Amino acid sequence: MAPPRSAFVAAEIALLSAKIDGRRLVLAAAGRWVSAKANEIETLLDVIYRKGFKVDQLEINLAQLERLDTVGAWLIERLRRTASDAKISAEIVGLDPRYKILLDEVAISNKEPPHPHPKKGALRDTFEHVGMAVASTADDFVAIVRFLGLVVIASLHVLIHPTRLRFTSMVHHLDLVGFRAVPIIVLINFLIGAILAQQGIFHFRKFGAETFVVDMVGILVLREVGVLIVSIMIAGRSGSAYTAELGSMKMREEIDALRVMGFEPVEVLILPRLTALVIALPLLTFIGSMAALFGGGLVCWLYGGFAPEVFLDRLQDAITLDTFKVGMIKAPFMAMIIGLVACVEGMRVEGSAESLGDHTTMSVVKAIFLVIVLDGMFAMFFAAIGM
Amino acid sequence: MAEIGTIGRAPSGGFGRTNGANVVNVISVRDLEVGYHDTPVLKGLNLDVRRGEVLGFVGGSGMGKSVLTRTIIGLLPKWKGTIEVFGRDLDAIEEEEREEIERRWGVMFQGGALFSSLTVRQNVQFPMRENLDLSKRLMEEISLAKLEMVGLHRDVLNKMPSELSGGMIKRVALARALALDPEILFLDEPTSGLDPISAGEFDTLIRALQQTLGLTVFMVTHDLDSLYSVCDRIAALADGKVIAEGPIETMLQSQHPWLKSYFHGERARARRPATGTQATQSR
Repeated sequence: MAPPRSAFVAAEIALLSAKIDGRRLVLAAAGRWVSAKANEIETLLDVIYRKGFKVDQLEINLAQLERLDTVGAWLIERLRRTASDAKISAEIVGLDPRYKILLDEVAISNKEPPHPHPKKGALRDTFEHVGMAVASTADDFVAIVRFLGLVVIASLHVLIHPTRLRFTSMVHHLDLVGFRAVPIIVLINFLIGAILAQQGIFHFRKFGAETFVVDMVGILVLREVGVLIVSIMIAGRSGSAYTAELGSMKMREEIDALRVMGFEPVEVLILPRLTALVIALPLLTFIGSMAALFGGGLVCWLYGGFAPEVFLDRLQDAITLDTFKVGMIKAPFMAMIIGLVACVEGMRVEGSAESLGDHTTMSVVKAIFLVIVLDGMFAMFFAAIGM
Repeated sequence: MAEIGTIGRAPSGGFGRTNGANVVNVISVRDLEVGYHDTPVLKGLNLDVRRGEVLGFVGGSGMGKSVLTRTIIGLLPKWKGTIEVFGRDLDAIEEEEREEIERRWGVMFQGGALFSSLTVRQNVQFPMRENLDLSKRLMEEISLAKLEMVGLHRDVLNKMPSELSGGMIKRVALARALALDPEILFLDEPTSGLDPISAGEFDTLIRALQQTLGLTVFMVTHDLDSLYSVCDRIAALADGKVIAEGPIETMLQSQHPWLKSYFHGERARARRPATGTQATQSR
């Protein structure tokens, strides 16, 4: 047992002092027991807990307390609980009546320790993540197919009752995703075409095959690059916008409002958007491909040194109508996949702003991924049918 | 124990309800003019909030109730006038002192304004984490204590705000506003969107917390029940000015047309027979 002595913590006299009186420990709190001092007070109390006084009684004297807030009150309550856990009878004396309600209030809180943060092993965590990722991929597939079904049903409805086509809405979206995307699509494709041609000339020159650059640019742009670049741009530009629009409408219950008014959200919101995308993407692909060819031609002329007539002549030999068709056929399918993913993700948004951000990101990532996968499948398909 | 007592006692009466003699204005607003673009909303408004009272602030929609709150807490710039909080002119003080004062008030926004990417626990701990130096254990205990004070169960700790009901959001928002043990609590329509029972519970809660923590409460409200049951004084706003100020009786006697229709209108009629008893009970 510690020798009876008074105030072993002389420096912090203002906050807490202790005195042993036989089997009775007297703790006197003084000064401002507020959150700003919480750390100091907690350290002082820890010192006292560690001393492990062998006493039967504890007196908590609060007569000199200047100010008490919730944190201070809780620390007193914690002291009292620690004492009674150790079978020491504790009493509080000298409490200012104005703090009584506060002490009573904290006395009924924290009866059970707070929930620990859920913790799992790293290995288990990894397995759980992998499992969830697989399950959610399957979910995605089902969701997209189901959504496609809804869209088909809505389209049939509209075909039977053409007056139900939301023409204005569709034109509005066509303007947003199609017309307004033209400048950026033209610019990007022009640059891509130019870069392809420049790289081709630079490397083909080594074995004197510069003229084949025209074949390369022509086939690559019309078959693959044109439609891919446009699809990726549109997935980032319009797919994300669709997800964000639908998501925030979902968050604010606007979609539920539509439904209770007897409108089918798929018909009112999604069909016009998808139609706009399916119309816009082939047009943009065409414009983009032309811009890329122009860029390639310009570089061939200025950097490669063959005149525009030569370029056009060569191009005519290199490409067939099939080359052009392969690119254009893919475009509406790309549009469909971008639109479906965007709408599915938009409809999955839940209450929070974070969820909206999450799903918008997911929409773009998934759309770009699927566009490339689809392109690969088309490549196999066209190879098989000899196009 | 002669070694204690080095620090003098705080002047008495600084805590709890005021009663006439030592009234201190914690907020005093003078000649305040605020507006949007070219349109003035508040035109020379004067208002005092006394220490330890619950002040109910009423006014029609679009009259500028929220504008006043937002101006006092510094979210809107003012055109003219002075705002004193704790006796300090908010224009005349340094940034540091302003931050000091901001830590002494808590604000509960109408929609709760909980951070949607944080759990309830993190929402309540956020102000503590940023402003105080508390041990992890203490922070856990205090945040739970605050949540229990506002009548929530510990099960909500790990929930996200999107998983909460409207009433629970209001309570968590209140717990967050109380996180730093403020002296002034601003409440923007605390009972709007709650059912009458929850609203009544919320009123009781505000009253209990006000007494427990010795708060001064500035409450913007439309709720007649709140005005009758928890407010010590009421200030009414119309035409950009405070047109009446005082206990509920003053409001009932006022001849101002807006106040007359507010306190004697269709919706107030149901309340009126109970007026006398209710008003005295709450005092």
